[in-house]
Amino acid sequence: MTLLAAVGRVFLAFLERTGRFTIFTLTALSHCVRPPVYGRLIGRQMIEIGYFSLPVVGLTAIFTGMVLALQSHTGFARFSAEGAVATVVVLSVTRELGPVMAGLMVAGRIGAAMAAEIGTMQVTEQVDALVTLSTNPFKYLVAPRIIAGLLMLPCLVLVADIIGVFGGFVVGAYQLGYNPATYLHSTWEFLKPIDVVSGLVKASVFGFIISLMGCYNGYYSKGGAQGVGQATTNAVVSASILILTTNYMLTALFFNK
Amino acid sequence: MTAHPKIQLVDVHKSFGPKRVLDGVTLDIAAGESFVVIGGSGTGKSVMLKCILGLMRPDQGSILVDGEETVGLGARARERILGKFGMLFQGAALFDSLTVWENVAFGLIQGRRMDRRKAREAAMERLFQVGLGADIANLSPAELSGGMQKRVALARAIASQPEIIFFDEPTTGLDPIMADVINDLIVKCVKEVGATAVSITHDMHSARKIGDRLAMLYHGKLIWVGRTADIDRSGNDYVDQFIHGRAEGPIKMELRR
Repeated sequence: MTLLAAVGRVFLAFLERTGRFTIFTLTALSHCVRPPVYGRLIGRQMIEIGYFSLPVVGLTAIFTGMVLALQSHTGFARFSAEGAVATVVVLSVTRELGPVMAGLMVAGRIGAAMAAEIGTMQVTEQVDALVTLSTNPFKYLVAPRIIAGLLMLPCLVLVADIIGVFGGFVVGAYQLGYNPATYLHSTWEFLKPIDVVSGLVKASVFGFIISLMGCYNGYYSKGGAQGVGQATTNAVVSASILILTTNYMLTALFFNK
Repeated sequence: MTAHPKIQLVDVHKSFGPKRVLDGVTLDIAAGESFVVIGGSGTGKSVMLKCILGLMRPDQGSILVDGEETVGLGARARERILGKFGMLFQGAALFDSLTVWENVAFGLIQGRRMDRRKAREAAMERLFQVGLGADIANLSPAELSGGMQKRVALARAIASQPEIIFFDEPTTGLDPIMADVINDLIVKCVKEVGATAVSITHDMHSARKIGDRLAMLYHGKLIWVGRTADIDRSGNDYVDQFIHGRAEGPIKMELRR
């Protein structure tokens, strides 16, 4: 009986959390498309997510591109396929590594910051204060972050794509001895619009996931500093797992023919 | 002459799991009066306030504001009712990301869509009203002392000239002199705005100073309601023990040895 009760409690708790998360997501989405729109807040979040994440995303992208070129070269040399290095770099970066690495880095930087900020506001009654001042917290706190995440991640990934491919080019041309013109030609030759577009669509979805998980975990944090710390960890971990899961699903959707 | 009490609670119940926090609270608060609810920590004072504000939903019972039922209101109607309220939170709950004047003007800019320049002027007036100068207007709340933060929060609570103002433990954490300054400001501001005030506190000096009528909440029930002037002749042992701060009496602290 005790075992059954324990299982039942866990199951009910799971259902409750699923319902709460679904309602949170739908409410957040509905506030993204309904007026009034807080342009100033969206702008501030776009700068926070887009501009201030550039260094970390740029550094991640350049080293990812460089390592990719190096690994592809040494690996492909085993079956004399070094000529494919440029193509492998550009396809890997635009289709997968650009959006996934940028998503994971932004999840660590922005998702954590969102959860910590909203979580602190929650435990210090600032969210309640918003309500008493006739301001909907979803409209004021959640919607601007989700809109900014949706819009800025593709921009970041576009920059990451360029920097990543450039990193591969630098290693290929100046360390591995490829002809720069040939390398660039190989890069362009096999690149199709869908490669870049699929990466940007993924980025937008990842941006949504990062903002949603950051806001959700922050909004439901409780119990003071420890609760906010827990919310921050949960935001990063859940966003990272969801990014990797949806990445597989989106890849299957775009390329599984 | 108003036909209804300003705020009316009828048989309000609220539980968290097995713990009954409000157990059939019934109460009328007249327009223009200053009503104080006293009681020890964890007796349900804050929960009662949050139920009236709509931040929590009671399990059972009715809460009327100006004769209008507020339990179960939709978002729009709730927002309209919230426009009547102002609230001073226990920890001030000032928004960290905004300056002092933006905090005070928040309800005017976001709630009433007032032009920022006009809202700033109104905010400065309110700051003067609570004894603060223009020199702190552009500071962030973190740069202020606890007493100044409480005064800014008071300025924010009265900024939109609400019909009803709630004060949640207004003197907690302040030195006795600053606590008395806050008490004086509350009395002065409530009179100037002409609002109905509801305060919750366990500071008897504060309760006597700001309240016209007083009620004591114990184990989720109102065990005494009367004029503040009559509190010393309540004839209730619980009230006597509480107002004299005696360890011995019918109220037993749950201490584990």
